[in-house]
Amino acid sequence: MSLALIAALPFLGALLPGLMIRSGKNACALVTGSVTALALLMLGLNAPAVLRGEVVQTRIEWIPSLGLNANFFLDGLGLLFAGLILGIGLLIILYARFYLAKSDPMGQFYTYLMLFQGAMVGIVLSDNILLLLVFWELTSLSSFLLIGYWKHLPEGRQGARMALAVTGGGGLAMIAGMLILGNIAGSYDLTVILQSKEAIQASDWYLPALILILLGAFTKSAQFPFHFWLPHAMAAPTPVSAYLHSATMVKAGLFLMARMWPVLSGTPEWFYIVATTGLITMVMAAKIALFKDDLKALLAFSTVSHLGLITMLLGFGTAEAATVAVFHIINHATFKAALFMSAGIVDHEAHTRDLKRLGGLRTLMPITFTIVTIASLSMAGIPPLNGFLSKELMLEEAAHTAWMANPWLLGVLATIGALFSVAYSFRFIAHAFLGPVRSDYPAKPHDPGFGLWAAPALLAVLVILIGLFPMLTASWLVNAAASAVTGEAIAVKITHWHGLYAPALWMSLAAIGGGLLLMGLHPRLMAMWNATPRPEAKKIFDGIVEPFAALAGRLSNRLHDGSLTRYIAIAVLGIAAVSYYAFDSGAHTAGTREMMPIHPVPALGWLALVLATVAIVIYHRQRLLTLVLVGIVGLMVSVGFAYFSAPDLALTQISVEVATIILMLLALNFLPKATPVESTPVRRTWDGAVAVVAGVGMAALAYALMMREQAFSPISEFHITNSKPGGGGTNIVNVILVDFRGYDTFGEIIVLGIAALVIFALTEALLRAGPANDRLLAWRPDQRRAGDRHPMMLVVATRVILPIALMVGFFIFLRGHNEPGGGFIAGLIVAIALVMQYMASGFAWTAARQKVDYHALIACGVLIAAATGIGAWFNGLPFLTSAFGYFTIWPLEEFELATALLFDIGVFLTVLGAVMLALASLSRIGLRAGETVNVQPFDIDPSEGRTLNSGEVR
Amino acid sequence: MEALVASAIGLMTSAGVYLMLRQRTFPVVVGLTLLTYAVNVFLFTSGRLATNMPAIYGTGAPGYSDPLPQALVLTAIVISFGMTAVIVMMALGAFLEAGHDKVDMNDDDAPTEGGQK
Repeated sequence: MSLALIAALPFLGALLPGLMIRSGKNACALVTGSVTALALLMLGLNAPAVLRGEVVQTRIEWIPSLGLNANFFLDGLGLLFAGLILGIGLLIILYARFYLAKSDPMGQFYTYLMLFQGAMVGIVLSDNILLLLVFWELTSLSSFLLIGYWKHLPEGRQGARMALAVTGGGGLAMIAGMLILGNIAGSYDLTVILQSKEAIQASDWYLPALILILLGAFTKSAQFPFHFWLPHAMAAPTPVSAYLHSATMVKAGLFLMARMWPVLSGTPEWFYIVATTGLITMVMAAKIALFKDDLKALLAFSTVSHLGLITMLLGFGTAEAATVAVFHIINHATFKAALFMSAGIVDHEAHTRDLKRLGGLRTLMPITFTIVTIASLSMAGIPPLNGFLSKELMLEEAAHTAWMANPWLLGVLATIGALFSVAYSFRFIAHAFLGPVRSDYPAKPHDPGFGLWAAPALLAVLVILIGLFPMLTASWLVNAAASAVTGEAIAVKITHWHGLYAPALWMSLAAIGGGLLLMGLHPRLMAMWNATPRPEAKKIFDGIVEPFAALAGRLSNRLHDGSLTRYIAIAVLGIAAVSYYAFDSGAHTAGTREMMPIHPVPALGWLALVLATVAIVIYHRQRLLTLVLVGIVGLMVSVGFAYFSAPDLALTQISVEVATIILMLLALNFLPKATPVESTPVRRTWDGAVAVVAGVGMAALAYALMMREQAFSPISEFHITNSKPGGGGTNIVNVILVDFRGYDTFGEIIVLGIAALVIFALTEALLRAGPANDRLLAWRPDQRRAGDRHPMMLVVATRVILPIALMVGFFIFLRGHNEPGGGFIAGLIVAIALVMQYMASGFAWTAARQKVDYHALIACGVLIAAATGIGAWFNGLPFLTSAFGYFTIWPLEEFELATALLFDIGVFLTVLGAVMLALASLSRIGLRAGETVNVQPFDIDPSEGRTLNSGEVR
Repeated sequence: MEALVASAIGLMTSAGVYLMLRQRTFPVVVGLTLLTYAVNVFLFTSGRLATNMPAIYGTGAPGYSDPLPQALVLTAIVISFGMTAVIVMMALGAFLEAGHDKVDMNDDDAPTEGGQK
């Protein structure tokens, strides 16, 4: 369980920042950090077992029929990555707290960050490749949100889109590759796949699977030729860059290659694709990095270069090289995250990160300078820092590996890559911090507060510690991770001195010497670089994407032209055509049921309905009359329900009818009272034809349905048999609602509550300053008002009726389980009783005397229903299992108590709250439109004959 | 009886669709209400028609009408009230915001080519 919980914790934590941001930024950051720290702690608890060589597993069946299970496992590789993700995540949370400006929505930032963190942890802990793919896509999506966090910046939005297009596209390829792999291995579980090396490499599908999976890994890890998205993603806030582009997101591709290493590596295909790509990426990106003036762009290309280095090492396919790759993953994460954060500090304090405008910061920002120096020297591979250790080992591996039978090519190119690496690292230090203090910084730079430099400083300390004592601080983790990657027991030996005869020593020296030389020549090289034309990746990318976007835009504009009538006509005709085709091509027998005899009274009801419906169509331009006619139709429908043995439906329909008509009347108050003639006769004929097609189709379908027996015996028999013995109620419809299908009802009351909240939100939006509000304030009634708004007779009558109506509601509610009634109907009846008070005495006058918050009613209703359902868990039963019993308390007769009754209370409260909230929202619009609030219950004092109105309230 | 119910469903559907094809919000809302009646009655009839046989124990009736469609339609009626309320509010909001109650977008409201950068 604990592994699944580690993966789930960040997702749960993603909910908290949005809630906590109201308590301040510190509380928000603290809570977010605590969740990550908790996950890290739980990971730590599993660490000893993993380091002993065990594999911790958690298996949860999710969709076993698809082979998709929530299986997690933790081995050395997973431990290393999860540790990096959570550990650096913790530092980033701290750093971001102080980095983000006041105007940045911090809660949102942390929510995105936690989503991303959860997705990353999910990738590294997944034991099921389908699950891994789910998390993989989640990282693409959440990184899109993070990169585009500064929505107001076009670069941010474009960078985010490019990152999503490239990594998401790679992810799609990877899905295909993984499915092939799963098919060959016969299982989607990684632990099984990792055992099937022979079968996979012997398969004809090995190469396609390899290429597809590598496409996913290369796009994610920004390998050539997909490296171009990473520099553009630097438009993100620096904490995001530091997190995504040093330790996590771009390492996901490396993780995947390392994870799949045991089954995919060792073949010539693997070597030539992976090692070559890594080598090209390493050298090319290192060269570009040297010529970037933007600190973050420099670091971005440096990251691409180092990712290429690790990819190349994994591509070599030997256990030694893979071990070095693992070691460099650790080192790169430490120094690169520190450097990104330092670049962010420079940007934060000096308001620029352009090397041309910087220089001389050494004395102004001594702390930052120290951190940058340590981290940069490590990046350059200067002893004794940790970057030196892994670079030496890399050069050693490269020197001993032949490429196309050429023994020296790899070594030379790796040295050149290292040489550029030295040059740009020194350039970072020299051009930003050394040199004379300038007078033209955009802002006066100084060291930031402790909060901002604490995280990079800690990483710099790690850089030194790993550099000085690699065997003590890092070898155990490298051993565990490398053993997991290679499947062999690895005992790495990391030393600073490999002897005079080790080629790495001379390669290193050449790299450092050459790097210093390049540094010296930099101004001249820079001029040459600027003079040479280069392909601009963004232009090419846009050139490919733009035509598609334009095509999609044209297509959707054609289809989606904003004409609702056209959509409806197309939908109606489409449904009719498909239904006719289905009926015509399917098999069916003639109806066997006999038609029920027609009695005169029901026939009269039918006639009333028909006449009212026809009248609606004829008189629909007179809107008030239309509402009266709709009332008649609704009434006839409810009478029809009553006639056809559905008393519950009749009660519901008639009370809903009342609420609907009141609601529409209230809205009509503000809408035009008549519909103008706008359509041509041809158009009306066409619409009529569409309507007739729909009507004839529905009538034919209904008739055909009713005249036939059910094709399969309905499950209703079960409900009829078990209603009393199983649910304890004699009203089967109600027992179905609150018991058998209680889960459905639960969902439905939630929908109803949401609908009411939507209405409330719409009202709030209308009442805010804007055209709607202006129109309301300037609103003049377009009809003559009645002399007495609150007629005495009505006021008195509704007050007398109120207690009776409430009692009826209570009665209907209580009998619901056994007789027609229940929470839905009772809620509507009570709502109508209250609405009558509104109508009689005025909204504000009544609301002032009735202190019930409708939001709270809805919330209580849903929570009571949920609590009733959860109650079943305590008895070890599934959600919403009901219980009932019969009790006798003197002097009452025996009565029944059922948990379904509690559930029905929840239904009752939600329905009441939702109906009232909807109507109250309309009344608030009325108040804004200048409806005055009466001080007295009646407008007219009959004894004096004068108007008592006072107090204009808007 | 079945023919009457079927024809009533058809008629309400026709009227509903015709009104939904009008140009103003209010007839569209009324049309949707009529269509809701038609659909609810149609769902109800899927349990077949029966008189004097309520789905309640102990009424002395010779049998029970199908309770399942009734339960489904009951919630459907309440939900459709919620949805009607939402679109009534949307119609009102659109009228107050735009100053007219037409349902079709005119050229000024049409989306631009290609979307935003």
